[in-house]
Amino acid sequence: MEIRKELPEIFKSFSEARQAGFISAKNFKDAGNPLIGIFCTYFPQELALAMGAVTVGLCASSDETITESEKDLPRNLCPLIKSSYGFGKTDKCPYFYFSDLVVGETTCDGKKKMYEYMAEFKPVHVMKLPHSQDQVAKELWKQEIIKMKEVLEEQFAVSITEEKLHKAILLKNEERKAMKEFYGLCRQDPSPMTGMELFNVLVGASFDFDREALPSKIRDLTQKVQEEYQIIQNNEIKPRILITGCPMGAATAKVIKAIEDNGAVVVCFENCTGVKAVEELVDEHNLDLFGALAEKYLNIGCSCMSPNTKRFELLNRLIDEYKVDGVVEMTLTACHTYNVESLSVKRFVQQEKGRPYTYLETDFGTSDVERINTRMTAFIEML
Amino acid sequence: MLSLGIDSGSTTTKGILLDDQGIREKLIIKTSSSPRKSLYEVYDTFWSDAVGCTVATGYGRSLLKKANRKITEITCHARGSRYFEPNCTGVIDIGGQDCKAIALDEKGNVTDFLMNDKCAAGTGRFMDVMMGILEADLEDLDDFVINAKAISISSMCTVFAESEIISLLANDIPKGNIALGVIHTIAERTATFYGRLNLCGPVFFSGGLSKSKIFCRVLEEYLGQSIKTDVLGQYTGAVGAALIGYESVE
Repeated sequence: MEIRKELPEIFKSFSEARQAGFISAKNFKDAGNPLIGIFCTYFPQELALAMGAVTVGLCASSDETITESEKDLPRNLCPLIKSSYGFGKTDKCPYFYFSDLVVGETTCDGKKKMYEYMAEFKPVHVMKLPHSQDQVAKELWKQEIIKMKEVLEEQFAVSITEEKLHKAILLKNEERKAMKEFYGLCRQDPSPMTGMELFNVLVGASFDFDREALPSKIRDLTQKVQEEYQIIQNNEIKPRILITGCPMGAATAKVIKAIEDNGAVVVCFENCTGVKAVEELVDEHNLDLFGALAEKYLNIGCSCMSPNTKRFELLNRLIDEYKVDGVVEMTLTACHTYNVESLSVKRFVQQEKGRPYTYLETDFGTSDVERINTRMTAFIEML
Repeated sequence: MLSLGIDSGSTTTKGILLDDQGIREKLIIKTSSSPRKSLYEVYDTFWSDAVGCTVATGYGRSLLKKANRKITEITCHARGSRYFEPNCTGVIDIGGQDCKAIALDEKGNVTDFLMNDKCAAGTGRFMDVMMGILEADLEDLDDFVINAKAISISSMCTVFAESEIISLLANDIPKGNIALGVIHTIAERTATFYGRLNLCGPVFFSGGLSKSKIFCRVLEEYLGQSIKTDVLGQYTGAVGAALIGYESVE
């Protein structure tokens, strides 16, 4: 795809957003705005927006601080938890440093127990996330969201009115719609961008703190990519891969690279770095704002839910819409819920959807890059 | 036309030269600390103007710049297995540093595969290291365990298994019993691993350990089915590479 000349430049502002964000986070804080560090997509970001605060994802994806974290945490724990904890403890992550409050959820066992230790050196609030998605659970989650609102109001001496919250719901929905249009470009065959470019935008956008301007910025990018795609007429047909499983970050982008260096293209990320938390909007017409938030957020199909039917509904739709030739599941070492659920995903993809599936367990290190290359190449040869 | 397939494995490098009459030449050498050198040693031995295609496979495959194609060991083992056993729908390969299980459709296409490549457990290297502690040669495995009674070895980590064996030796447990115990450990693990693919058809077993009759018998016990092997089973990857090369030119 080297024919594209201008696109890398357009993507650049997004892929560099995480680094540039260090400075903008500081400016944002200097202007007196609170920064809320989050670990998971279950936190309703509208609450932060409604109080003029911004959220930043603290899920780390580098093995730099894992050794340090192992002074407190067991070795046999998921690298995401260890790394995130390590960055917090060593104060090596500016986003963690700038966060006025860290919000966690009782998603997986490792995370919820880790937050107990994190609270020793950082203000932490843990939302009690139910592990099912029925009406009782939704009511519980609604109460947790209301409790969260009260914590924010008290801690930051602000008032989150219904009016402000509704405005935030509209704004966040706009961002979701813009993002859906953007990644939706990859439904086209051939795809107008590489999976790595898509990934950089997905990650980069969350580090852009001007949330008011973000939707139009994303739409601008969407338009440019599409215009260029139509001019260039790239006809290179490659096998189309969907990635599912654990969240991905800089360290695990090695999987995307292995797929794309060996002849295929990633067209969709089902995981929570990608579409999982973006697809469903908050119902703007529901007068019960907290009920609407609870409905949207609890519907996210993470493997911490049991049963996790939403994930399979989403996969079912994405595999068709994105004309997927093969599914790659990437899980992190010792992520029990995703690792256990992988068998159901395999059965679903192979038996119900009739598509090839492969599974890869990895961590934030680089020692398995060659092995991943061989597996991905073999998988692509199979398609 | 001749076709050359070279399999650059972690322990040995294998070369196969074939044409429409079948396998013409074969060569196996130890992979040196420079896998590139071993690859070229095999390449230089076989290459002539009559060779129409060279395909490299195995973990060192990208080092052979002169190869016409580089194909993973999964695809090559699948093709090679069908050469030896045309009806097989499953392949088990125990290599030097990894263990592979491959599912094939009726045409021989790969439909699924698993690789155990994270540690030495369940690989040829595990057996090799344990035989080293017992001061015996892997090649003599079958003679070494004649009339032995398997002792249970519970560690799968090579380092822990080593210390477990040392304590068994300290308790005067006969070496043959320990070696047979190691065979059982690897075979059981391999069968469980293969079981994850949920296959029921004929299975072809390749790799260095397929030369051991006793290992094959124990593996059959755990799999609950008979396995097919070939005297040239260690060359399966190279045969597959050569065949794919041949078919792509013809």
